[in-house]
Amino acid sequence: MSNETILHGLETESHGEHHAHHETFISKYVFSQDHKTIGKQFLITGIVWAIIGGLFSVLFRLQLGFPEQTFPILETFFGKGAKGGVIQPEFYYALITIHGTVLVFFVLTAGLSGTFANLLIPLQIGARDMASPFLNMLSYWFFFLASIIMFSSLFVHTGPAAGGWTVYPPLSALGQAGDGSKIGMDLWLISMAFFIVSSLLGGLNYIATILNMRTKGMSMTKLPLTMWAILFTAILGVLSFPVLLSGAILLLFDRNLGTSFFLSDIVIGGEILPNEGGSAILFQHLFWFLGHPEVYIILLPAMGMVSEILSVNSRKPIFGYMAMIASLFSIAILAFLVWAHHMFVTGLNPFLGSFFVLLTLLIAVPSAIKVFNWLTTLWRGNIRFTPGMLFAIGFVSLFISGGLTGLFLGNSTIDIHLHDTKFVVAHFHIVMGVASMFGMFAGIYHWFPKMYGRYLNNTLGYIHFWITFLGAYLIFWPMHYEGLAGVPRRYLDLRGWHSFNKFEDLNKIITIVSIIVFAMQLMFVFNFFYSIFKGRKVRTPNPWDSNTLEWTTPINPGHGNWPGEIPEVHRWPYDYSKNGRSFIPQTEPIGPDETKDH
Amino acid sequence: MGMVSVQQQKKIHPLKFIMWVAMASIVMMFAGLTSAYIIKSNQASWQEIKMPQLFWFSTGAILISSITIQMAVSSFKKGVLNKYRQLLGVTSVLGIVFVVLQLLGFQQLWDSGIQFRGVAGAGQFLYVVFGLHIVHVLGGIIALLIMAIQTIFFRTKTRTSISIEVAATYWHFVDLLWLYIIIFFLLIG
Repeated sequence: MSNETILHGLETESHGEHHAHHETFISKYVFSQDHKTIGKQFLITGIVWAIIGGLFSVLFRLQLGFPEQTFPILETFFGKGAKGGVIQPEFYYALITIHGTVLVFFVLTAGLSGTFANLLIPLQIGARDMASPFLNMLSYWFFFLASIIMFSSLFVHTGPAAGGWTVYPPLSALGQAGDGSKIGMDLWLISMAFFIVSSLLGGLNYIATILNMRTKGMSMTKLPLTMWAILFTAILGVLSFPVLLSGAILLLFDRNLGTSFFLSDIVIGGEILPNEGGSAILFQHLFWFLGHPEVYIILLPAMGMVSEILSVNSRKPIFGYMAMIASLFSIAILAFLVWAHHMFVTGLNPFLGSFFVLLTLLIAVPSAIKVFNWLTTLWRGNIRFTPGMLFAIGFVSLFISGGLTGLFLGNSTIDIHLHDTKFVVAHFHIVMGVASMFGMFAGIYHWFPKMYGRYLNNTLGYIHFWITFLGAYLIFWPMHYEGLAGVPRRYLDLRGWHSFNKFEDLNKIITIVSIIVFAMQLMFVFNFFYSIFKGRKVRTPNPWDSNTLEWTTPINPGHGNWPGEIPEVHRWPYDYSKNGRSFIPQTEPIGPDETKDH
Repeated sequence: MGMVSVQQQKKIHPLKFIMWVAMASIVMMFAGLTSAYIIKSNQASWQEIKMPQLFWFSTGAILISSITIQMAVSSFKKGVLNKYRQLLGVTSVLGIVFVVLQLLGFQQLWDSGIQFRGVAGAGQFLYVVFGLHIVHVLGGIIALLIMAIQTIFFRTKTRTSISIEVAATYWHFVDLLWLYIIIFFLLIG
């Protein structure tokens, strides 16, 4: 077969897509194969999940802040889960389980990567669409299916899964362990299986598109850092999710067919189970082999977008472009080699543990390089404080604060004291949860004009940023102290411990602040949907005076992105404030007396 | 010709590339399972098994099918459509034979007392790992059958050999994957 045949095929395909005028409502908005529409679908589904996941956190914070009070309205909505207006233990565990699952997977994986990988990859590398638009569409619909199943698990008689988002056996493997281990757990597993398929289909496409579909002149070292970050994210995803899948399959066997991969010597409700020789720790290995890379699957896209937004709005080239790529690369490699730091107290051999300590602490090196480069990019920049820029700076702040506590937890000896305390909750929420959420907000504010041809309201954006930023610190900073004092995570009620009484007021404050912060997110959601229809219209194709290719498309690009030829790329994306010019787009050839690139 | 296509000339076709990445992903799943096997085999209550002879015949079937699919690729390239269609058929049949032999092997093991309840030794891992491999082979068979049906409708002049090449790559992959699995179970199990 000749290359010509393939080329002809591709050319016809892209040509055809671009001039497809007869799109129906279904093919344009529902089963769309346009990467931009799929990105928006991921985003809006992610927003719905963020509201649900956020609401759940407010509910369990009510319990933690005001354990002695009753809220009769809760019983109206949640029935026996909040009997007498008090959140019941089983319901509490369901709330935290679903909160974790939803935020980690549905919001910060699908909502973040799914949105921006889809929206930005073809636009920033100069392609008409993804390598396989069809697989891309499937990727969204598998996510949608996973969402529907997880959502319906909230309404089953025995309630949703309640064994924690890590679904450790035996709780997850034995239906008789509790209500939250019954059908809710089955639905959780089925939903996650579909979610994994969605992530894999997406990831395959992202990698193939970035490596194979770049426009003329777009060498790898001319790629925006967002693209590099998404590439590494996708590689992490396609290599680690299958391992979780293998763990989930073994779990399904234990759960439904009675095998003993993870179960051994269990007496439950007076009944002696026949299971012998299983190892619950084995599940933890399989889970965390995904679980830790998952942290970076969440974090890396945010890092990439933040790099981009900081550079554009500082009107300066990103500092240390190659060092940024190298550090992303090292983080991606290390991500696979540190999973057992989640398992220091499982009886892990301390000698083996010391390797994991070393590798974990090594992550500080590429992380520090990134922070240094972000700060240096900001240094003496001509900074425009757009809401997107504020969220990007907020990301850097949170990443530093949360990263520092990682050094404590990564040390196995200190971890013995801090494991499973509020210190861990504070650490991962700041460094991964809230920070990535800030990256996501930064991305939404920055690329909203590209998505909808309108701006988000700035005033609401500023209010959103400041209250969320201060609120995030007010919520999570004090939790470090609680954790140091030994307050355990996942506990429903701490009143039984005299030594924790001193945190009563603190817990009330944290709860009140989380309600305020949640309200701010609702305001953002209002801003988002209001602005889609009524926001200020974008008048210029390049509102941020940015160099990257997505801003060379029309204000509302059709399927195929560029009405004519795809532009050719001549330079890296970070020529800001160069040769007396504010910015020089990637499409502009290098001048005769210009120093080439970076 | 658009610029994307000009750029394309130097590179592997995106769909082929997607397949390679997908194969890496599948390898990770089986690596996860076989790693779990190694860890588990060093723990208490581990039970060994005797591998049924049938798995040698299934190995033969899938090895031959790799040859037939490669012949299908070359008939397609030569434009001999009839032969191409027949070879797709033969490959699918060999795939089905493989699956059936695997299931018969499972039956033998099951009858010899290797069942699910309460245990997790080499036999239970075998059901999971071989079973997942069967699922991957079935996926390949479905793809081949779809392609065989497609030959009825398409005009050869405008077709590219991408689909059959990608399918053949995948087929060789499940073949190699099987060799890895069976050797693993023989050496470690």
